[in-house]
Amino acid sequence: MSQGFDPKKHVALNPERVSYTSSTDFPGHFADEDHSWNPAEFKKRLAVRVERISNRSIEFDLVGVDASIANAFRRILIAEVPTICIERVYVHNNTSIIVDEVLAHRLGLIPLHVNPVFMDCVYHPDGQPTDRNTIVFKLCAKCERRRNAPKDAKDPAQLYINHEVLSSQLEWVPQGEQSIVMAANPPAPTNPNIVLVKLRPGQEIEIELHAVKGVGKDHAKFSPVATASYRLLPKVILKKEIPPHLADKFQNCFTKGVIRVDPRTKRVSVDESQARRETMSREVYRHPEFEGCVQLARVRDHFLFNIESEGFYPPERLLPEAIKVMRSKIRTLREAAQGLLQDIGVVEDVEMAS
Amino acid sequence: MSAVNQDADWEDLSRPNWRGLGVADPIKNVEDKWLLLPAFLKVKGLVKQHIDSFNYFVDVDIKNIVKANNKVTSDVDPRFWLKYTDIHVGFPDRTDLDAIDKSITPHECRLRDITYSAPILVTIQYTRGKNVVRRPNVNIGRLPIMLRSNKCILTGKSEAQLARMDECPLDPGGYFVVKGTEKVILVQEQLSKNRIIVETDPVKGVVQASCTSSTHGGLKSKTYVATKKGKIYLRHNSVHDDVPIVIALKALGIQSDKEILLLTAGNTEAYKSAFSANLEEAAKLGVFTRHQALEWIGSRVKVNRKVVGPKRPAWEEAMEALATIVLAHVPVVGLDFRSKAIFVATMTRRVLMAMHDEKMVDDRDYVGNKRLELAGQLLALLFEDLFKTFNANLKASIDKVLKKPSRTNEFDAFNTMQFQGDHITSGFVRAISTGNWSLKRFKMERAGVTHVLSRLSFISALGMMTRISSQFEKTRKVSGPRALQPSQWGMLCPSDTPEGEACGLVKNLALMTHITTDVEEEPIIRLAFMLGVEDISMATGTEIYGPHTFVVNVNGTIIGLTRHPARFVSNFRRLRRSGRFSEFVSVYVHYHHRVVHIASDGGRICRPLIIVENGCPRVTSEHIQRLKAGALTFDDFLRNGLVEYLDVNEENDSYIALYESNIVPATTHLEIEPFTVLGAVAGLIPYPHHNQSPRNTYQCAMGKQAIGAIAYNQFNRIDTLLYLSVYPQQPMVKTKTIELIGYDRLPAGQNATVAVMSYSGYDIEDALILNKASLDRGYGRCQVLRKNATLIRKYPNGTFDRLADAPLDENGSTQKKYDIIQLDGLAGVGERVDPGDIYVNKQTPTNANDNTFTGQAATVPYKNTPLTYKSPVAGYIDKVLVSDTENDQTLIKVLIRQTRRPELGDKFSSRHGQKGVCGLIVNQEDLPFNDQGISPDTIMNPHGFPSRMTVGKMIELLAGKAGVLSGKLQYGTAFGGSKVEDMSRILIEHGFNYAGKDMLTSGITGEPMEAYVYFGPIFYQKLKHMVMDKMHARARGPRATLTRQPTEGRSRDGGLRLGEMERDCLIGYGATQLLLERLMISSDKFEVNACQECGLMGYNGWCPYCKSSKKMAKLTIPYAAKLLFQELMAMNVVPRLVLDDA
Repeated sequence: MSQGFDPKKHVALNPERVSYTSSTDFPGHFADEDHSWNPAEFKKRLAVRVERISNRSIEFDLVGVDASIANAFRRILIAEVPTICIERVYVHNNTSIIVDEVLAHRLGLIPLHVNPVFMDCVYHPDGQPTDRNTIVFKLCAKCERRRNAPKDAKDPAQLYINHEVLSSQLEWVPQGEQSIVMAANPPAPTNPNIVLVKLRPGQEIEIELHAVKGVGKDHAKFSPVATASYRLLPKVILKKEIPPHLADKFQNCFTKGVIRVDPRTKRVSVDESQARRETMSREVYRHPEFEGCVQLARVRDHFLFNIESEGFYPPERLLPEAIKVMRSKIRTLREAAQGLLQDIGVVEDVEMAS
Repeated sequence: MSAVNQDADWEDLSRPNWRGLGVADPIKNVEDKWLLLPAFLKVKGLVKQHIDSFNYFVDVDIKNIVKANNKVTSDVDPRFWLKYTDIHVGFPDRTDLDAIDKSITPHECRLRDITYSAPILVTIQYTRGKNVVRRPNVNIGRLPIMLRSNKCILTGKSEAQLARMDECPLDPGGYFVVKGTEKVILVQEQLSKNRIIVETDPVKGVVQASCTSSTHGGLKSKTYVATKKGKIYLRHNSVHDDVPIVIALKALGIQSDKEILLLTAGNTEAYKSAFSANLEEAAKLGVFTRHQALEWIGSRVKVNRKVVGPKRPAWEEAMEALATIVLAHVPVVGLDFRSKAIFVATMTRRVLMAMHDEKMVDDRDYVGNKRLELAGQLLALLFEDLFKTFNANLKASIDKVLKKPSRTNEFDAFNTMQFQGDHITSGFVRAISTGNWSLKRFKMERAGVTHVLSRLSFISALGMMTRISSQFEKTRKVSGPRALQPSQWGMLCPSDTPEGEACGLVKNLALMTHITTDVEEEPIIRLAFMLGVEDISMATGTEIYGPHTFVVNVNGTIIGLTRHPARFVSNFRRLRRSGRFSEFVSVYVHYHHRVVHIASDGGRICRPLIIVENGCPRVTSEHIQRLKAGALTFDDFLRNGLVEYLDVNEENDSYIALYESNIVPATTHLEIEPFTVLGAVAGLIPYPHHNQSPRNTYQCAMGKQAIGAIAYNQFNRIDTLLYLSVYPQQPMVKTKTIELIGYDRLPAGQNATVAVMSYSGYDIEDALILNKASLDRGYGRCQVLRKNATLIRKYPNGTFDRLADAPLDENGSTQKKYDIIQLDGLAGVGERVDPGDIYVNKQTPTNANDNTFTGQAATVPYKNTPLTYKSPVAGYIDKVLVSDTENDQTLIKVLIRQTRRPELGDKFSSRHGQKGVCGLIVNQEDLPFNDQGISPDTIMNPHGFPSRMTVGKMIELLAGKAGVLSGKLQYGTAFGGSKVEDMSRILIEHGFNYAGKDMLTSGITGEPMEAYVYFGPIFYQKLKHMVMDKMHARARGPRATLTRQPTEGRSRDGGLRLGEMERDCLIGYGATQLLLERLMISSDKFEVNACQECGLMGYNGWCPYCKSSKKMAKLTIPYAAKLLFQELMAMNVVPRLVLDDA
């Protein structure tokens, strides 16, 4: 089923440049071809396949969409899926060596395990915090010498109590209805082992923290993902027979498993099922003996997504959340567009909706 | 056939023919010989030159000075005497009288604004009545102590002990703490003393040999032997006229013309004929005998003697001048002028040689002709001056007491000594804190000797300790002193010099250089005689300039002759290598001048090299193994004759192999490690050997401005201005120098993932694009801490300043600006300070300066003199220090901190002289990403590369990327480091392109980018120039009182000047109304009344000159113009205004 390079479907990876990067399947690009959008065709082609899933990350394929759609999901995942993060830090006491602002910054970056659904998104900086928009934590720690520490101990863990303040020491203080609503899933940091401060005897911190709902474009801490990105499905197109004595060398130019070499005939073939493992190092282009033998390409509408979740959402929930955000945006847009349609004929200055 | 022939050749070559080795035999390499460098630094430290010099002063020189001035006598009582028998410097202690714990740390001195000093203790012997009394440990003053010197309490302390003293183990020391500020005495470069330097002036056709004499007394004088109209003269400041050379020589006791000719011209015909005119001149002047010559000179000697005595005959004056002032460093023992005569003759001969062959001229810029003056020498001069004054004062006050005819009790000089005041202490403190070394006694007038140690970054402090400033004036337009000297190799860093006016004049030491201190020369001279040198005083001109004789010089003075220079030198060196005398004594043959020079003076630059004998380096792998195991130290290498120090001159007499593979039979030495040619600051640059050289120089200047960690004690310091990085990282691509100086522990920068591509157009002209998410996560975040200090003073009239709590207004509440003031009148630590807030609520008595006031101090009225926060951005109180200074004034220091995240316009730079400002901050989702989902922290425009040719930066990226992928730090050490092939291989192994170029996807369109992008980590430094400190605009604001024009400068909220060039543009364009507006209406518009009758200015429609208000007119002029008119009138010039159409 291995076919040649098709500029309509593939992005070409040449030795020094990438070509055919943009999609051409839209109406009017080719004079005699109709590329108008066809829901049935789209439905047939669209596929989402989960390739790998773990506690904190997911890899899935998204096939049959334009780059703009895939990219929109990526962008929304990074910047617009709301999460809960510590936003305000009230320092009652901090005698650690990390100063208040830096400590506050560090605390802000802790991913919290709080379902954003329970919270109101809008948070007015001057508005009163309520149990609907603010979650309160307390962090109190004091470092002391351990009484029964061995004499020759050098390890701070043996010498002192609380020599490291970890994220697990954040203590949730339920406000109002929160104790009922969130009882099942009490708010806490996702990772209990983040070192926030190191303390030494005599130092202590006493801090109240307010967490609010926000989005990644406001501050990176609100981003629900560590990374959300995609790459296109690699494709190795053999154009010429590889001389048998160079087969092994040829194979080594690719990620292991991508190229099959028949042990007997030394015939080279591409294992299409392993193509996704290819890293596209373009090593093969470096060797003059393989010139003209191979064309590296990527399938333009086959996106290999990789999303690492950090925060509340399990990885498989992230894409649906992104779609949710996208749909709400579309809804807004549609309403606005319809509003425009209704307004046709009214010759008045339209006031911009706030 | 040829093949057979070749084979035969090959066989011939492979046969062991030289010391059992064939040419084709593999060369055994000494592995890791660079380990000698850390061993060297362990012994000497990075600022060994300063510390050694100070130690020498404190341990040796100070004793010599006292020995030379050890007696105080009285003019009144001839039986009285006081003698200093010993002197030593104690350890730093606390001067507070009531202190129980006398120990003090340098850090306490920094915080409390006091001086880190130790007492100078002398042992005196003096007469009290008829007894001789001895008193040990008499304190005569205090000497500021150099940190980490012998006398500093930090020396030899472990890291934990240092931590307990709030001191950073990586701090190099070598500076002083005077009145709380850290002061460095920079190394001064000057021409070497007591050596003959021959120069020509091609324009005037003058050849001159000059010699600056400097003896231990500190007296300096310069003697010239120069040509004038083809004849040779001796010139000296103490003689009015130029002395014809023959007369000078005759005065020095060489009476016969024949001998003069032999001593100067020798048997060389050309020189003889050139010299003959001089003999004629002397004859013409009627000078034939020594007496006549002395008379001739004596009548022209400048006499400046204070003691009025019987006028001495001229010849006696001349004799004294010749013996003591002219060429003072050549000793005249018992009126034996022979050696001085030979010295003058040698100078003359050098002039003759240079006249004959212009190649015989010396190079002033040659590093071997330079001496570096260090803190110890400068302090020694200062001490000598202060000590002499101290003794003079002591003598005066002793005389005063002794003059009184009757005394109640026996006179004890010790008591007088106790009341001498703190002349020595204050003299040291004043000199070091102002930097003015004005010693009238030694005709020394130098300003700017000391500098405040720059604590901008760890590197800037370190770089300052290795800095050398030149004595040349910066305005002179000669390029010679600024140029890179080949003899600088290995001694001075070729990269680290500032740009602009001080370019090439301010230099920095290389990593392995050492600066010598004085070594006693008598034993060396004795040794030279033992090795077969013949005494010069026995020799005649024929012998001295004989075909096989070489003159032997010790520190510039001629001591004798040898016929076998090579043998003499090799014997001498053998003795040195076996440790019979100091390793810093250098010896070399100057074949050009047929001289053997032995130098033992201080200030020579030298560096260690591995000795090569018989074609093999003496240091072997076994030695290195033992060094690694800690069984050997660097000193063992020196003592065992494996390694030796060479100064620049001796280096010139050696054959040094850079690598072991370069060793040939003639090789005498082997470099320890090539990267030591660079200094500490240039050593930070990865792959500097791939960069265009000016880029390395730029980085050397910028590395000092990078914000990072300053010292381990940075959070305990209260400096005027402190820049700290919140999350500093050690560079992915290190160098060996980085590890040696500790930059990996106190770094100043972060490893940013860089994409070399164009993005958005906001990256032109070196601007950088930053990733907003990176900034959110702490990239480039820094803290700025500013000190604000005030004194709570006690006034002479009994009143004193006080601190008050926040005042209450009518409603019983405090004003907003007193928010953070606590009950003690100080702001609480951790409080936020908003612009306009008061953080020290100080009050001063209204009559503080009224010395007639005698009432109760508590009853006086007070006025508010608070400290107000002025920065436009809020800060936080970081620290408040309340302490006492040395003179019991309460000192309050408040440290206010700002934490800043990078913003548009902040300056960043890589380690390759590539600086740029942030042009745009982009959301992460808009940035391109690679297949792994990594988006860059920084985007750099590729146009930065072609013209700058910073290939090192590209390799840094490659090595950094490989390091990240393999989880290892890579090395970019100069002339070595991780190889590009290896880096590429690592990249390929991890599935990346070998060239470091990744395929990126645009974050905006989501489509792949058409080009592969060079993508990887580069160590980026954030520089101290930040927009927040610079941004400035003004619409209306303060004006200067005198001219009523807007004030100048951002700090005074000044106006933005429309300068001359801008004015020219407006004139050229014809925008007169704009000009009028800018220069007058918006500036210092002023309405005057002018009289049309007399043309003078009046007021209120009245002309005081005409006594009328008839023809008054109103007109608008700049206030500055009105001021000018009035000032002119004050100078009796009448400017009259002629008004056309009023």
